[in-house]
Amino acid sequence: MNAVLGGRIEGLTALHLDDDDLDPRARLVVIGNGMAGARFVEEVLERGGGEQFRITVFGDEPHGNYNRIMLSPVLAGEEHEDDIVLNSHDWYADNGVTLRAGVMAERIDTAAKLVYAADGTVTAYDHLVLATGSYSFIPPMKGVRTDDGELRPGVYGFRTIDETRAMLDAVGRCRKAVVMGGGLLGLEAARALQGHGLHVELVHAMPYLMNMQLDPEAGAILKRSVEKLGITVHLDVFATDVFGIDSVEGVGLADGRRIDADLLVVAAGVRPSTDIAVRSGLEVERGIVVDDQLRTDDPDVYAIGECAQHRGEVYGLVAPAWEHARVLADVLTGTDPTAEYHGSRTATKLKVAGVDVAVMGINTPEREDDEFLVISEPRRGVHLSVVIRDERLVGATLLGDTRKVAFLTQAFDRGLALPEERIKLLVDLSDGAVEVGVAEMPATTQVCNCNGVTKGAICGAVADGCGSVGAVMDKTRAGKGCGSCKSLVKQIVEWAADGDVTEDVSASWYVPGIPMAKPELMAAIRAQDLRSVSAVFAALAPGGVDDARSKMGLTSLLKMLWGHDYVPEKDGEFINDRVHANIQRDGTFSVVPQIKGGVTTPAQLRKIADVAEKYEVPMVKITGGQRLDLLGVRKEDLPAMWDDLGMPSGYAYGKSMRTVKTCVGSDFCRFGLGDSTQLGIDLETRFQGIESPAKMKMAVVGCPRNCAEAYVKDVGVVAVGNGKWEVYVGGAAGASVRKGDLLATVDSPEAVLELTGRFLQYYRENANWLERTYDFVPRIGLDRLKEVLLEDAEGIVADLDAGMQRSIDAYTDPWGQDAKQPATPGQFRPSLPLIALPKVPVR
Amino acid sequence: MSISELTTAAPAVQGAGVKAYTVGMADDVPPGEGRAFVAGGTQIAVFRLRDGSLHATQAACPHAGGPLADGQTDVNVLVCPLHQYAFRWADGTSPGGAPPVRLYPVRERDGYLVVDV
Ligand code: SRM
Ligand SMILES: Cc1cc2nc3c(=O)[nH]c(=O)nc-3n(C[C@H](O)[C@H](O)[C@H](O)COP(=O)(O)OP(=O)(O)OC[C@H]3O[C@@H](n4cnc5c(N)ncnc54)[C@H](O)[C@@H]3O)c2cc1C
Ligand code: SF4
Ligand code: FES
Repeated sequence: MNAVLGGRIEGLTALHLDDDDLDPRARLVVIGNGMAGARFVEEVLERGGGEQFRITVFGDEPHGNYNRIMLSPVLAGEEHEDDIVLNSHDWYADNGVTLRAGVMAERIDTAAKLVYAADGTVTAYDHLVLATGSYSFIPPMKGVRTDDGELRPGVYGFRTIDETRAMLDAVGRCRKAVVMGGGLLGLEAARALQGHGLHVELVHAMPYLMNMQLDPEAGAILKRSVEKLGITVHLDVFATDVFGIDSVEGVGLADGRRIDADLLVVAAGVRPSTDIAVRSGLEVERGIVVDDQLRTDDPDVYAIGECAQHRGEVYGLVAPAWEHARVLADVLTGTDPTAEYHGSRTATKLKVAGVDVAVMGINTPEREDDEFLVISEPRRGVHLSVVIRDERLVGATLLGDTRKVAFLTQAFDRGLALPEERIKLLVDLSDGAVEVGVAEMPATTQVCNCNGVTKGAICGAVADGCGSVGAVMDKTRAGKGCGSCKSLVKQIVEWAADGDVTEDVSASWYVPGIPMAKPELMAAIRAQDLRSVSAVFAALAPGGVDDARSKMGLTSLLKMLWGHDYVPEKDGEFINDRVHANIQRDGTFSVVPQIKGGVTTPAQLRKIADVAEKYEVPMVKITGGQRLDLLGVRKEDLPAMWDDLGMPSGYAYGKSMRTVKTCVGSDFCRFGLGDSTQLGIDLETRFQGIESPAKMKMAVVGCPRNCAEAYVKDVGVVAVGNGKWEVYVGGAAGASVRKGDLLATVDSPEAVLELTGRFLQYYRENANWLERTYDFVPRIGLDRLKEVLLEDAEGIVADLDAGMQRSIDAYTDPWGQDAKQPATPGQFRPSLPLIALPKVPVR
Repeated sequence: MSISELTTAAPAVQGAGVKAYTVGMADDVPPGEGRAFVAGGTQIAVFRLRDGSLHATQAACPHAGGPLADGQTDVNVLVCPLHQYAFRWADGTSPGGAPPVRLYPVRERDGYLVVDV
């Protein structure tokens, strides 16, 4: 819980020696290591400022710099905290910047030009930049704080990674949450907590949600969408009390109601952090007052980001903060000493609680002759409106459908001419306007709001030779903030490359290390008789150079192509495949024996229990795939354990056929229309261990009640009576959820086995590496699949059947094999010899 | 491993506190793979690339302690099995932005693996 995000390895330190007298560079001190402060340092370094300045950064948070915007997905469990680090402690060290992480700056002596910090140090500066951001506003409520002034346990703000971690730590223990505040942060927090299984109620003091951005109707529609997620919304009421002795037990509302809750998130707005400026005698109103060069009333002290107030505005978004950073870097490094900041027109595009929202300008007509166009579809959760004044777009609100945001943003920014038929602003009257939109967009239109990247900059990157969307994103940083503009960036890159390089070249390659698409690669492998991964690299990779990230995909392909005749190379496999088990976070492994169709026996269960005890397995778990998982097994114990189990591998680690789930079917269930259990066992027996571009999971159910979830499997089989079976393909209920498409209705279990094999083989031969069937089936199209597999339109059905049979014949149980004779020396040697294992919790 | 802390050779480069440790037999590390050893109390992962060259790193990944010896390799980088951060053989740095991995000189001598720590 206390790990430092973006921290350094123990023993290394980021402190630099300050040999003041010898260093001729001016001292630049930044207070606040958030999104503005750190970006400012980057901008200074990019302008060669490392030669001019000795830079010191104070950060109250102990971490490196991280992407605060991404705290919502971290709280939702969609993003790992390690992946939101922008600048690690190492980055500062590598760039010669002194980071005083975990140190709060307390006071500035502007006359002596000294910063006094909480750790007792005094730091001299020539130029000082305040980037202290904002803090969560905690409205006065009885009981919200304990006697010592701290927030009562169970009450959280939502601003920092530490608060996010604390909430994530609490969700497991809590059942009911109240979120105070129905703005962006409150909605995000509510959705995230709800995703962790908490019952969530949202209390908002205003009459409608997101009242800062939306109009009342849009707010009402958003409320419906949020309620559809299962979140209860209370509007127009203040929370006045927080109940609870030690930790939170409930929240009292102004109208006397009480809501029980063991977790309270306060997201009732933010306030600029201006304490240090106030204490130091700088001019502060709502924020720290700055001029067009971000200078405070002291000529050597500047303020940027959310703590700054410029021309009366205080911003709460990252884009203005980053604009501040650019302008100030221009000024201070002398790159453009006359650079000025004139304010930001905020056009915001967000995804709030799963709903797309884009807002710009005003949201309701303000003058007599303002034109106002509204399209409202409450049932679909869509509400679109525009405000037009004197033939100019002065405001737009898009909720639930943001397809027109590109054109509207440019019309808003540039004052473009508007279509006579105003409705075209909001709805595509199917005249293919999207392409035109990108082409017509002026070069100065900002595409990525987070990073302030214009269409011109994107086109410039393409002109400079960036050949792919990824390369353009790396170069310009477009799409690297909240990510909501990615599809627009892609459209522009494609347009700018003028059809020449419409696609990421390498995107069509099967693996990154070999410049060939899958069909071409398969043909070359066959033609040159390449049977091992190293032979493929030697013959087909540029310069014959091997590539670690390509090895796993090539191994899979070669196994499919050659069956028995594939020449195995252990280093071509991922560790899971090398030891036939799934690696865990502490380097131990999990063991999932095959339990065909989810049907086991008392003897098997006894065996598993004995083995679990003998090898001190920390957790035995029933998986989502209808079998048993032994987790936390030491690598060196694997062979002996398999031997004792005497059961074949369940392949829970491979890109291969995994499980066939079944229901109890006609043998036992009063609704059963077919023997789903037996058919499941037969499918699993036939296709066990077959490797594939990505996982293949199946299920068979005895009737359309679908108890084993066959509609959402790669292949799902449903008994529909009279001996008939429906075969669905391309279903999913993992990261994507998709109902499978009905490929055919057949009239015997044998026909199911045959058609399944045919489909799987076609998928194995034609899918991209890691492309699940839920992407593959829609890409090929159901009609095409039917033509190929049912009508044999390509005349390949016999080959498909033969190819699958070859793989089935080549199947050997890897556990039975390697338990007796390791494939390479030391196959099962521990890789972390000194750490006491296992480290996973023991249940 | 039976042999672990026997000092049999002088380090390739002399320096303060650098010692050479014989950690195992040369063929303990199959081509393309990595194995973990202990050299004088320090955990080391030794790799033999497909081009035959030997490399050694700290055994635990600087990102989150992953077992680097279980990683995959090519002539340029080592990829950790847990979160797929890569580390360059040239200087231990990570193109993906993880903290760098520590490298140790390693060589083969009379059929034994010798690591300088
Ligand atoms: C053990 C199990 C969870 C459980 O305790 O129940 C599990 C565990 C893992 N799943 Fe799963 N999945 C398990 C059932 C599922 C299911 C349910 C099912 O199979 O019916 C799904 C949804 C169906 C599907 O596959 O789409 C599922 C969808 C995923 C996904 C999302 C795949 C997708 O494209 O949507 C991943 C990530 C991936 O594959 O990249 C994943 C990845 C993982 C990995 C392998 C994570 C990893 O890459 O290391 C987990 C291994 C944990 C470990 O350390 O052993 N797991 N996972 C389940 C094993 C089932 C089995 O008996 O084989
Ligand atoms: C959950 C969440 C989601 C968001 N989503 C979006 C979004 O989708 N789009 C968007 O544009 N914006 C979003 N924002 C807002 C965005 O994060 C802020 O606009 C941005 O972080 C402002 O940058 P800043 O540097 O001014 O402040 P901050 O990033 O808050 O940085 C200020 C830093 O200064 C430190 N500090 C303060 N005082 C001192 C001191 N005296 N001494 C030392 N250090 C000090 C603080 O600890 C903090 O680390 C979101 C914010 C949150 C919390
Ligand atoms: S087991 Fe599956 S759902 Fe659970 S944490 Fe791992 S990948 Fe995620
Ligand atoms: S532990 Fe190595 S990449 Fe995460």
